Amino acid sequence: MHIHRLEKIWLIFGAAMLGVFLTIIGVSAFASGNQPPSDATLIDPTKVDQTKPFDKPGLKKIDDDRYEAIIVAQAFQFTPKDMVIPKGATVDFLVTSKDVVHGFEIIKTNVNMMVVPGHINSIEYTFKEAGEYLVVCNEYCGSGHHMMATKIKVVE
Amino acid sequence: MNAISKKLRQFEMERGLPATVIGIKEAKLAFAHVSFSLVALLIGGLCGLLQTMVRTGVIPEIAGVGYYELLTAHGLMLAIVFTTLFIFGLLFSFLGQSFGRFEDFPRRLGWVGFWFMILGVILVTWMVLAGEASVLYTFYAPLKAHPVFYIGLVIFVVGTWIASGAMFRMYADYKREHPGVHPPLQAYMSIMTALLWVVATLGVAATILFQLLPLSLGWTDKVGIELSRTLFWYFGHPLVYFWLLPAYIVWYTVIPKIVGGKIFSDALARMSFLLFLLFSFPVGFHHQLLEPGISAFWKYVQVVLTFLVIIPSLMTAFSMFATFELVGRRKKATGIFGWVKKMPYRDVRFLAPFIGMLFFIPAGAGGVINASHQLNIIVHNTLWVTGHFHITVGAAVALTFFGTAYWLVPLLRGRTLTSAMNRLGLVQTAAWTIGMLFMSTAMHISGLLGNPRRTGPAAYFKDSLVADWIPYHVAMAIGGTILFISILLFLYAMFQLAFRTPKGTEEFPIAETEEEAMATPLFFENWKLWIFVTFALIAFAYTVPIWHMIENAPPGAPGWKLW
Ligand code: HEM
Ligand SMILES: [Cu+2]
Ligand SMILES: [Cu+2]
Repeated sequence: MHIHRLEKIWLIFGAAMLGVFLTIIGVSAFASGNQPPSDATLIDPTKVDQTKPFDKPGLKKIDDDRYEAIIVAQAFQFTPKDMVIPKGATVDFLVTSKDVVHGFEIIKTNVNMMVVPGHINSIEYTFKEAGEYLVVCNEYCGSGHHMMATKIKVVE
Repeated sequence: MNAISKKLRQFEMERGLPATVIGIKEAKLAFAHVSFSLVALLIGGLCGLLQTMVRTGVIPEIAGVGYYELLTAHGLMLAIVFTTLFIFGLLFSFLGQSFGRFEDFPRRLGWVGFWFMILGVILVTWMVLAGEASVLYTFYAPLKAHPVFYIGLVIFVVGTWIASGAMFRMYADYKREHPGVHPPLQAYMSIMTALLWVVATLGVAATILFQLLPLSLGWTDKVGIELSRTLFWYFGHPLVYFWLLPAYIVWYTVIPKIVGGKIFSDALARMSFLLFLLFSFPVGFHHQLLEPGISAFWKYVQVVLTFLVIIPSLMTAFSMFATFELVGRRKKATGIFGWVKKMPYRDVRFLAPFIGMLFFIPAGAGGVINASHQLNIIVHNTLWVTGHFHITVGAAVALTFFGTAYWLVPLLRGRTLTSAMNRLGLVQTAAWTIGMLFMSTAMHISGLLGNPRRTGPAAYFKDSLVADWIPYHVAMAIGGTILFISILLFLYAMFQLAFRTPKGTEEFPIAETEEEAMATPLFFENWKLWIFVTFALIAFAYTVPIWHMIENAPPGAPGWKLW
């Protein structure tokens, strides 16, 4: 099939750009480990309260600058509320849902993931700045969806 | 047009009936689809306007109808009903133009499909209004709507399958009667669009029939959520190409004629549509990048395939601007951008789709961002995404459909596009452009600030962040108001063009191919092969992750009605 010379240039240039983009995000994903949250851990959504570690939601200190935040999402709230985290700490957020799909977004950070019943999703984040962070549910979950939010305080 | 068609047309003209290129019976079928799509546009547009108002807090909920009922109706009416009905009307018009007259059987089948769609829409709308289905247009499991809602969806989809079957039959008939000849380009593209739709809807039909409907009826008490979402997005991405391809048909075959040019290349046009068929399906994970239970590796595989489907869009862009430049040259334009001055901006049939094309440039770039694996985390489920699809389907596609309706509706009704209506069309197009610029820009920016999508008037403990979003909500409401006015102008024009403007024969603008363009190879007609490759690619991208989902399924989740 004959293709016009200029179109060839355009398509080769376009495809090359796409190749560059894919290489960048591929290297970032597989060499630097910048993967989107894709946790494979399962949980019975009807027994969240009885299943470790979600039987005791809250912030747990693991190491000097390392914490684990165990969070349960349900219509229309997050448990625990109002967590306090020291500045500079790295937190592993482990979140699951007791009912429908929710979202977990900490505004002004790169923390954003889907919370799906039957699954535990997780993401790591280091709080480098003190202040109040707003956490919202960003997936429609019912009539009170816009009230589903909590706060994280990062203190010096 | 074949000999019988010519005779029939002669006959219709002698009897003083509307003399269109498309037969009267064919025109009726197409017009039925288009007219009902406009009703959906009105209802959906009104909901959209109210949403922007409720979100700013200008008005509270109206008579118990809250934000999410509005949003469910808006998404369904515009993303599903308006688009699908308009598109089927358009495809029947293209086939009418390509084949002359339809045989009785496929034409009647077309009507059966139409009434199925209407029945489905009525059932679904009834459930939404009754507050039994506030599940948004994506009805994600385990939200549990009333069974009638799902039954309505199924009837609607079956209607589209019947209508698509009618089209496939027409195409097959034509091929049988014209061995060794390429069916006309518009017909090829229309069939490709219908085929894409049928293959796509298999996924959504599967999750409704085997997961959501049984759950809603109480036959099962648990549902596998990730499987359901995966089946939904296997449909959800090709859905956007189902919206886009009819607009591309107009860009490829109609716009060149209106600007006084020719189709740059018939073969490359077919090639780009073929690539859309092949690469539209194995990419649904780019909507599920932040979900648990799907491995990051398979997400990346689908990201790569997503980028491949950008190539046919690059081909389309080239074709369009090549056509414009060739026209410009013929009209003595000089320099690279000389053609810009030679385009018929005062012709709404050109202006509206052309602005749509311009919208598609940033929209395409935004799409690349959204699909970029880890970059998605910044925008996922924020208003950025809502801004994105208002400039793709809500601007590029909608404006193309508007610009097409200005000649198609009078043509189907045996009337003409008057210069007064053309002027009104220019104003209406300008209003849509301005309204959309306001609304979608505000959505994009506030999304980057973290403002979540699909969210009613949120106070969030009066956080200072929320105060930052207010100006954007106001801009959305201003844009929404201008957009709604534009819809009213459009519907007024459509009413005039369908029932009031002088009788006559409106031209069906359809371009010829450039002389020096190459001949079209016959492999495009090898449907068995292409359908096989399509399913092979689907199998490649989905078998392992779906197998994994079933093999490692969590204990099922019960359904919930949380509204
Ligand atoms: C009068 C014109 C329009 C206005 C004022 C408008 C406004 C809006 C608003 C405010 C939202 C909700 C934002 C959110 O909370 O997430 C929305 C969502 C949406 N709009 Fe529009 N829109 C208009 C036209 C259109 C058109 C023409 C289409 C498509 C053909 C469209 C498709 C959608 C879709 C698919 C959604 C997402 C629904 C969901 O998230 O469930 N809109 N629109
Ligand atoms: Cu929510
Ligand atoms: Cu997509």
